Amino acid sequence: MRTVIFRSIAPYLTSLMLLFSIFVLLRGHNEPGGGFIGGLIAASALAIYGIACGVAPVRRAIHYHPMAISAFGLFIGALAGVLSVFSGVPFMTGLWIYPKLFGVELALSSVLVFDIGVYLVVVGAISSIALALEERDRD
Amino acid sequence: MSAAAPGTTFIILMLPFLAALFAPWLTRRLGHNAAWVLALAPVAIFIHFLGFSAEVADGAIVTGGFAWVPSYNVSFSWLIDGLSLTFVLLISGIGALIVLYSGGYLKGHANLGRFFSFILLFMGAMLGVVISDSFLMLFIYWELTSITSFLLIGFDHTREASRRAAIQALVVTGAGGLALLAGLIVIWNITGITQLSLLLSFGDELRASPFYLLALILVLGGAFSKSAQFPLHFWLPNAMEAPTPVSAYLHSATMVKAGVYLLMRLNPVLGETVWWETILPVFGGATLIVGTLLAIRQTDLKLMLAYTTVSSLGLLVMLTGFGSEHAIAAAVLYLVAHSLFKGALFMVAGLIDHEAGTRDVTKLGGLRGAMPITFAAAMAAAISMAGLPPFVGFLAKEEIYYALWATDPWSLIFTLVAVVGNGLMFVIGFAVAIKPFLGPKVETPKAAHEGPVLLWLGPLTLSVVALVAAIVSPLTHRFVSSPMASAVAGETETVTISLIPHLGAALALSLITVAFGVLVYRYLDSARAGMAKTLAAIGWGPDRGFDQFVSGIVRLSVAVTRAIQPGRLDIYMTATFLMIALALFVPMAWYGEWPSMPVWPADAQFHELAVFVIALVGLAAVINARDRLTAIVSLGVQGFAVALLFMLFGAPDLSFTQFMVETLAVVILALVMTRLKLTASDHRSTRDKMVDGSLSLACGTGFGLYLLAVTQQPFDPFISDFFAQYSKIVAHGTNVVNVILVDFRGTDTLGEIAVVMVTGLAVLSLIRIRTGFDGRAVADNDPEQREEAR
Repeated sequence: MRTVIFRSIAPYLTSLMLLFSIFVLLRGHNEPGGGFIGGLIAASALAIYGIACGVAPVRRAIHYHPMAISAFGLFIGALAGVLSVFSGVPFMTGLWIYPKLFGVELALSSVLVFDIGVYLVVVGAISSIALALEERDRD
Repeated sequence: MSAAAPGTTFIILMLPFLAALFAPWLTRRLGHNAAWVLALAPVAIFIHFLGFSAEVADGAIVTGGFAWVPSYNVSFSWLIDGLSLTFVLLISGIGALIVLYSGGYLKGHANLGRFFSFILLFMGAMLGVVISDSFLMLFIYWELTSITSFLLIGFDHTREASRRAAIQALVVTGAGGLALLAGLIVIWNITGITQLSLLLSFGDELRASPFYLLALILVLGGAFSKSAQFPLHFWLPNAMEAPTPVSAYLHSATMVKAGVYLLMRLNPVLGETVWWETILPVFGGATLIVGTLLAIRQTDLKLMLAYTTVSSLGLLVMLTGFGSEHAIAAAVLYLVAHSLFKGALFMVAGLIDHEAGTRDVTKLGGLRGAMPITFAAAMAAAISMAGLPPFVGFLAKEEIYYALWATDPWSLIFTLVAVVGNGLMFVIGFAVAIKPFLGPKVETPKAAHEGPVLLWLGPLTLSVVALVAAIVSPLTHRFVSSPMASAVAGETETVTISLIPHLGAALALSLITVAFGVLVYRYLDSARAGMAKTLAAIGWGPDRGFDQFVSGIVRLSVAVTRAIQPGRLDIYMTATFLMIALALFVPMAWYGEWPSMPVWPADAQFHELAVFVIALVGLAAVINARDRLTAIVSLGVQGFAVALLFMLFGAPDLSFTQFMVETLAVVILALVMTRLKLTASDHRSTRDKMVDGSLSLACGTGFGLYLLAVTQQPFDPFISDFFAQYSKIVAHGTNVVNVILVDFRGTDTLGEIAVVMVTGLAVLSLIRIRTGFDGRAVADNDPEQREEAR
């Protein structure tokens, strides 16, 4: 699998897919997409990088252990739910704010935070399985 | 004082648990002298409940408490009458002495703080048992005594004998506790009552119920196991593995009487029937005889006492079962007397062990000079046990003979049983109190001398109380015996027996008992040898039976595990898919809800059909693939075709996800394949192919039919309309699918992503196990294999 062509293209392909996955994640509320699909795209991006260049570079690139990323996702997902409790509404109620940044109104919400959590959980869990399986010559 | 606020009683009831919490810390600070501080808890309890005695002596029943789980009508409530008050005073009074005694007995022990903690926990649990009014509270405290007893028997947990005894006691008494729970639920169902105090007026209803016998047997199961009735008596002698303070407290004075307490408590409602008056005396009488005979056999002081405890409990059950006025009075008196003398004798046995280094009666002698106070206490207790004046044991024994003596055969048999049992207990009592102290001085492992005050205070106090209680018998009867007997009988009763001898059958029977006892005592050694020979000839006993039972269960579970967990993945898969096929077909067949044949759509477009054909081609490729990798990729083709279908029929989110899942599935499956080092192609026998093929056909057809049946139902647009309408307004999103996932049903998704993460962890650890341990099996539940590995 590690042909020169594949190895040369893989980093660019991976970067593009990761970018795309974030795009899919963010547009999910109004167009097809969302945290789950975005997470799957990102996981396959990392898997491609791993197949092309080996597991060690992937691990270096993402810096954290994929399972830690997954756990962090679950944490902020739960946090997004708890936020609403502090505002006196039931658990998991969506909260919205509309700050103006450079003259553009941004719609930010606890729902978005939750979706990012879903994204991270999926990326982390799937890529940790994929990476562990790719790591054939470990130890 | 008697009008004490319910709050105070509640705090008092919680006091032992609080003390248990602080015991380890106090013991670290004060060493064994922490006993003096910790004993304040039972003393406070004793004083608090003493305040109720005047009121209760006048026939009052004090109840109190508060709602615990109101939705289930469960309350935390207590009931203080003559019966529970006497028990409470015994538990807290003897408890205080035991705490002090433990301080002396286990002085310098590394885990003394833990021991104090356990024994105080037990005290709290035992108080709860005797004072509970609500059924559920009674059950919880009942099981709590079993658990604390387990902890105390296994206190010396490095020895295997302790651990075995602890588990045995827990299994027997815990199982009995479950029977009790079932019995209480039956009673609750018959009467609709969950409180003991209210139950008293429902006796007739209960006895007339067709479920009376069931309730009785279940309750007796609880009481007999706890009070070590034959043939469930075997756990009690084994429980002597516990440190002596535990034997004195739990396994003679208090916990083992919980069963007797329960029988006495329920006597007014369950008693006075043929069943009650047959089962109880028969089992009690058998236990009395078996216990004393086995006691004769023993040479260990503690074991001798343990078997006589078994027989005393039998005597109490027998008397409770007789149910006559005198029998109840006798049971009450004997219960109090037994707690006093047996507690004292156990403490004496522990003292001798502690000072002389052995408790084998054949290796002891002539300790009288070295341990005069101990000897005095032991003699007093033994006289009470033998039923001689001027101790309370005498009153009890006289009352027993009053109760039993009559000329009909039934009474004659039980009189004989009582005479033999009492005579043999007389022997054991004096064997424990005289053999180690009198006679020529025997060389003991340690140079014996009088123990510290902490050790002899307990037995001496109990013996003095037994003496005083008999001398001031009118007072004893007014405040203890009569109220308790009234509570047991369910009607007012007055106990009058006193130390002044009264000529009659009872006194004659007493004399016979003493004569028989003296006779056996003289030939104790040959009697012991005879018993040993008999037991060796029988060979098998319930104790062995328990081991056989346990190993039988282990063998059974191994066999069952072998049968349903063969460890072969293909069998698991076959079973799983078989169940899926059954789950799909059986309901449709059962309710006759087969879908009607779908009509071929007339407006099918060419490109739609093309995608459909691609899916079929993918399927054919999977089936005909030469090697595994081709099969996996072909499966991906088939999946992509399905994703395209989703796209064409207007489910972009679903299609999107399907594409990604298919891609990743192919990648991960391919990785797994390269990892497992399987042969490139799949060789299955024709038979396997037939089985697997028909199973997959069944599952596929099942799903197809199921989906058809679902889509042929009239469509209810309520939910989709709701989401379509509110998605934008409420959740500010136009992608309904995503809004449902992260907002409307966000909590579901939270659960799902937690599952995703945990699954990832599980898969990761499975992969790591294979790489990290050179393929050696790590999770193996085959016990035999593990034995070999050791």
